[in-house]
Amino acid sequence: MSANMVAVLYLISALMFIFALRGLSHPESSRLGNIFGIVGMVIAIITTLMFKSVLSYVEIGAAIIVGGAIGTFIALRIEMTALPQLVAAFHSLVGIAAVFVAAAAFYDPASFGIGTIGAIGTSSLIEMSIGTFIGAITFSGSVLAFGKLQGTVSGKPIVFKFQHAINALILLFIAFLIIIFCINQSPSIFWTIVAVSILLGFLVVIPIGGADMPVVVSMLNSYSGWAACGIGFTLSNNLLIITGALVGASGAILSYIMSKGMNRSIISVVLGGFGGEQAASASGDNSDKIVKQGNAEDAAYIMKNADSVIIVPGYGMAVAQAQHALREMGDILKKEGINVRYAIHPVAGRMPGHMNVLLAEANVPYEEVLELDEINHDFPMTEVSFVIGANDVTNPAAKTDESSPIYGMPILDVERSQTVLFVKRSMATGYSGVDNELFYRDNTTMLFGDAKKMCEDIVKSLA
Amino acid sequence: MEAHSSEVFVIGLTVFFLACIIGYYVVWSVTPALHSPLMGVTNAISSVIIVGAILAAGPLGHDTSKIFGIIGVVLASINIFGGFIVTYRMLSMFKKKPKKEQKD
Repeated sequence: MSANMVAVLYLISALMFIFALRGLSHPESSRLGNIFGIVGMVIAIITTLMFKSVLSYVEIGAAIIVGGAIGTFIALRIEMTALPQLVAAFHSLVGIAAVFVAAAAFYDPASFGIGTIGAIGTSSLIEMSIGTFIGAITFSGSVLAFGKLQGTVSGKPIVFKFQHAINALILLFIAFLIIIFCINQSPSIFWTIVAVSILLGFLVVIPIGGADMPVVVSMLNSYSGWAACGIGFTLSNNLLIITGALVGASGAILSYIMSKGMNRSIISVVLGGFGGEQAASASGDNSDKIVKQGNAEDAAYIMKNADSVIIVPGYGMAVAQAQHALREMGDILKKEGINVRYAIHPVAGRMPGHMNVLLAEANVPYEEVLELDEINHDFPMTEVSFVIGANDVTNPAAKTDESSPIYGMPILDVERSQTVLFVKRSMATGYSGVDNELFYRDNTTMLFGDAKKMCEDIVKSLA
Repeated sequence: MEAHSSEVFVIGLTVFFLACIIGYYVVWSVTPALHSPLMGVTNAISSVIIVGAILAAGPLGHDTSKIFGIIGVVLASINIFGGFIVTYRMLSMFKKKPKKEQKD
């Protein structure tokens, strides 16, 4: 195949990837978009297999079958509540794959047309080391993020003295190593860059935890794209550059949206440490305030007699796997002629859009699931807000208490509805460590218990 | 493939910046409800680095670079299949409201 033919086929593949993302602008077009993505990938792989230098079809075929089987197995088995972990794990694979490709290019530069061993062009070396660096950070950062999301590593941010200074020094050291690498092209320096970058990846994610995880997951998504870009520059491959840039941009935008959803700058999230320390300002001592408690029957009675109910799900719903029971409850209310809708805060859950997927899994039609700015002005006209597994995203302190760590965060105005029902396991604070004054209001009824059990009990009482 | 010159780099840079701009506009048009599938699909397509891994794994023989290439192909394939399938699973769950008359 001629070089031009290859370039054209790679271009088609890149366009397919753009259409794949474009399809996601609406649920109806999204499935077709995914097919575009698959077609693009097939074109890219077949085109590459047609290269004159590619001869070992058996080994490559076997590798694709093995990898494909593992990927298929995992993707079919995974619970939708465990999506954030899965995505983090997948990011780590992109990162480490980028390192392996860079290493392969370093050990056999002739196959990639970037020179011969010991005589690789300087620009290729720089691109290669940057690709390796980002790939290795993506790898270790994602492994740690996976551990935190899975619960194998403490989800709490770990902060220590001189953390940022140490990270900065390591970064400088890597820059120094890259310069040395460009001069002597030594394999031991290459692997030192890999090792130190892996260390840096761990250190970058270590201080971030809890509610900041959606930002971390999006950030690593972005990194995996830039890693692909770095490899694309090394191999002078436009397809890799385009795809990497698309993915990098996507992750960066998601990180931005998530940070904005918490009214925090990306920088402050990256620097980390949020959510671990007990908030000093937690608007005084609330131990003497009275909390109104209710049970499933009370909740059923209140909702049955309402005209409109807005359900506000949060991460607690995912943990309790309550989405199916919740949908059942919603269905019964709808049959009673009650207007039932769902309100999603941008940072609800542990990854962008997590709640939407869980509700979709439970067969909630997507038209009933609304974003913060679509539904927030409806709360004053709503009789009942049913908050399940969410806390910080409803805390009015974000609007009133300037000393609160969550001050300025956009919240769902559940306090404006006539009655607020709060399903919670205990009075514990949310990830921000801030007490929620809503719990003590007259129009709030706390429903203590497991979210799933509570929904099931309400369903029974409604019947 | 031609030698790696500064020209090639500048072309790559041009492509890079234009792709970033396309990415910016395309991703902002994604509806927030589909941000999880977006991560799934970007995850799958970023594994297009399988192209580099295949090139490394291509030659006959068993040198270091080939072994790295094979490992790269396996890892990227996990992601490609896993990413597209999990995205498919997510997207197939997003359903419209059933019409009144179709109700059970």
